[in-house]
Amino acid sequence: MDLHKKRKLVNRIALMLSLGAMAFGLFWLIWILATIVKLGVSGIHLSVFTQMTPPPGSAGGLANAIWGSVTMVGLATLLGTPIGILAGVYLAEYGQNTVLGHMTRFINDILLSAPSIVVGLFVYTAVVLPIGHFSGFAGILALAILVVPVVIRTTENILRLVPNSLREAASALGAPKWVMITQVTIRASQAGILTGILLAVARITGETAPLLFTALSNQFWSTNLNQPMANLPVTIYRFAMSPFSDWQELAWAAVLLITVGVLALNIVARSLFKQKIVS
Amino acid sequence: MLKKVSCILATVLASAAVTSALAQEITGAGATFPAPVYSKWAEAYQKATSVKMNYQSIGSSGGIKQIIAKTVDFGATDAPLSAEQLEKDGLMQFPAVIGGVVPVANIEGIKAGEMVLSGEVLGDIYLGKITNWNDEAIKKLNPTAKLPDQNIAVVRRADGSGTSFIFTNYLSKVNAEWKSKVGEGQTVQWPTGMGGKGNEGVAAFVQRLPGSIGYVEYAYAKQNKLTHLKLKNRDGKVVEPDDETFKAAAAGADWHKAAFGAILTEQAGAKSWPITGATFILLHKSQPKPDHALQVMKFFDWSYTHGAKMAVELEYVPLPAALIKDIKTVWAEQVKDGSGKAVWTGK
Amino acid sequence: MDKKQRHSPSPWGDFWFAQITRSFAIFAFACLAGIIVSLVIGAWPSIEKFGLPFLWTADWNPPGAKFGALIPIYGTLVTSIIALVIAVPISFGIAVFLTELSPLWLRRPLGTAIELLAAIPSIVYGMWGLLVFAPLFGKYIQPLLAKTLGQVPLLGKLFSGPTIGVGLLSAGIILAIMIIPFIASVMRDVFEITPPMLKESAYGVGATTWEVVWSVVLPYTKAGVIGGIILGLGRALGETMAVTFVIGNTNFLSSSSLFMPGNSITSALANEFAEAEPGLHTASLIELGLILFVLTLIVLSCSKLLLMRLSKNEGSKT
Repeated sequence: MDLHKKRKLVNRIALMLSLGAMAFGLFWLIWILATIVKLGVSGIHLSVFTQMTPPPGSAGGLANAIWGSVTMVGLATLLGTPIGILAGVYLAEYGQNTVLGHMTRFINDILLSAPSIVVGLFVYTAVVLPIGHFSGFAGILALAILVVPVVIRTTENILRLVPNSLREAASALGAPKWVMITQVTIRASQAGILTGILLAVARITGETAPLLFTALSNQFWSTNLNQPMANLPVTIYRFAMSPFSDWQELAWAAVLLITVGVLALNIVARSLFKQKIVS
Repeated sequence: MLKKVSCILATVLASAAVTSALAQEITGAGATFPAPVYSKWAEAYQKATSVKMNYQSIGSSGGIKQIIAKTVDFGATDAPLSAEQLEKDGLMQFPAVIGGVVPVANIEGIKAGEMVLSGEVLGDIYLGKITNWNDEAIKKLNPTAKLPDQNIAVVRRADGSGTSFIFTNYLSKVNAEWKSKVGEGQTVQWPTGMGGKGNEGVAAFVQRLPGSIGYVEYAYAKQNKLTHLKLKNRDGKVVEPDDETFKAAAAGADWHKAAFGAILTEQAGAKSWPITGATFILLHKSQPKPDHALQVMKFFDWSYTHGAKMAVELEYVPLPAALIKDIKTVWAEQVKDGSGKAVWTGK
Repeated sequence: MDKKQRHSPSPWGDFWFAQITRSFAIFAFACLAGIIVSLVIGAWPSIEKFGLPFLWTADWNPPGAKFGALIPIYGTLVTSIIALVIAVPISFGIAVFLTELSPLWLRRPLGTAIELLAAIPSIVYGMWGLLVFAPLFGKYIQPLLAKTLGQVPLLGKLFSGPTIGVGLLSAGIILAIMIIPFIASVMRDVFEITPPMLKESAYGVGATTWEVVWSVVLPYTKAGVIGGIILGLGRALGETMAVTFVIGNTNFLSSSSLFMPGNSITSALANEFAEAEPGLHTASLIELGLILFVLTLIVLSCSKLLLMRLSKNEGSKT
């Protein structure tokens, strides 16, 4: 076989394998989604959005848990993302070879693997114990701490890949470094940074362990962030493990809601940013 | 963006300061086992009085830790504290409701309630000493059943739980070797078998693995129609798990010993189900927040009176009337506010 | 902002921006370091009592107050390795497909679909794994593996024993599915950012798509790719709920088979933490969490060394 043919063959095999990998990924996704939809759809009624989490045997919904999750995940993202992006910018643009840079990067990477229960525990000791009761704030803090390492990692990652020629071009035009960073490098890596944020949001939306010891949960409607706050993951955890079929049905409905919610967020965020990137 | 966040946080903080002055919301946390009935009571109580009692299941040890740390208004535990422990942390305890633990199995040809085991044999199975379903010891208890020549797959809870506490407490009482080798606790060093997470995990294994045996809460076995086994109790009688036999076990108990901390396993009585347990509420004796404590006691007072039917619907057993009277006396005696005045005045 | 820029930019802007990002880095560092310090304090009773042998003792006996971490460490390592072995090539394939092969209009939907895998709460993976995946896996795939891979000498030991569906292998596979979106989306992002000029030059001299990916894109993006893998590995090491449901939670080690049930650091934490007695039991569990950090540290150091060697080789080539 001549070299040309061999190279072509290798190419073809590699690309087939890549197609296979894609199919493999989609296969699991479809399988899991099918399970979620099958079990979750029957539990979705209007009452899910209007009523509180019920005891077994009563009619009810998930309104308080949905509200609590949206509030806590939203505020945690607002809190954690700026910290993560700015720290990531520092690591990529200023602190590449400084001691602080190395230390932060290292600790950050270690904390990527932190079991979320450990973060919950930390916030419990640092916030819940001194205050003397569980609260939505503590839950927000715990989730924000989970957001930070993911955003730092992806931001630094993507900023470092921006070709230096872009930076040089900006500098050559007389832009100071901060303008160069905010207007050029961050612009160029918007999609990647967004991926990081979305991955982080996706991660915290389904987290049970950090909320269990911080926000606890609440059977009733609670808008007071200073009190225990209802949320979807803890509700799913408790209801799914219970003996009662109406609780289990609500748990799967909640799972479906989380999945659809994150998907919708993903699509909306991407299409908003897509236009900017293209232009 | 940050400014906005801090703005939001500030307003929310301000509103929080206003609302927390009223004790219209009380928080409890702890045992998982009674969580469904507490939430049922809470819903009904809120409708009746508009007071919100928020109970969250974080596990019995979690409940004990939280009440000691004073992050909740009351704690809940499946394993009662000893009098010394209560004394040490300035706590008092009282029972809330009673329930049972049931062995379940998956053996071909054996239907629910067809097989009988004794505590001794059950212990030996969990010790890994009896490994086959046609073992002589099992045959002797079930002379008419057709027992397969099949290995026993032992399934138990992987997570620490009050259910495991009641189960291992029972095995320690009926099997000397279990007591010396393994002991009792919410998590123990299991000599054999596979661990499932929660009732759900145990049930999933038992339903799938032929020849398996496990244990779950009674409500779980009943709602999910698992194949339960019968047990030989302390009087040597074979009993079926249901609210009758749980009630019988509770009736024989001596509640006054050990500060209400009666463990209801292996009670005397012809009709007693041997793996029965009560679940307990913990309160601080010297109350930092008397208005919260009063709400807690009011809630349980209301639930004892109005909640019995709800408890039965969810496969629990309400407390005997005499016991409830005693509990109220102890409330009045033990729970005091900052100035030493009793919080509970008996309405 | 665009309008302001037309004035001559003040040098202070630069200073302040640098200081702000720096202070956030310090803040993040302090916050994260605080977690580790609080863990050390929490674990201290156990560190003091058991010392180093904690690492290779297999005993885990809460009523007897004897603790050792061997089995959870083993389970964590094995499941994470299985997950990486499966997820890295698959993610690479997905990223290549999304950047090079897929028609343009399909890239976004497919990319979002893969990211959606990350959106599913981990308890769902756990319950799906236990109730849907494990029964089928134990009934069809495991016997198949035992018949094929199980017959290979040495390797066969890994694929023997009872086919019960739950165990280390199942946990590893579920973990792989969970980390694919993390690794794949980072890989795709870094592949996309490769300067087109580089790729076009390679195509210009007649390289095939595969050669461009393997010899141009991958070397250019290796730091990012390894970053993505670390992200995935971090998730695999720290994943709790999904593993707990399918790993079998057994604290003894009787064979080297991957079919056997085991335990992992996170599942021990998840199972026992809420019910742990204060004192040694709690401290030992916290020490387990600490060990997880040390494991991550070792993995990270290895990947840094690897990166350094890679860049050295690169220097010698040019």
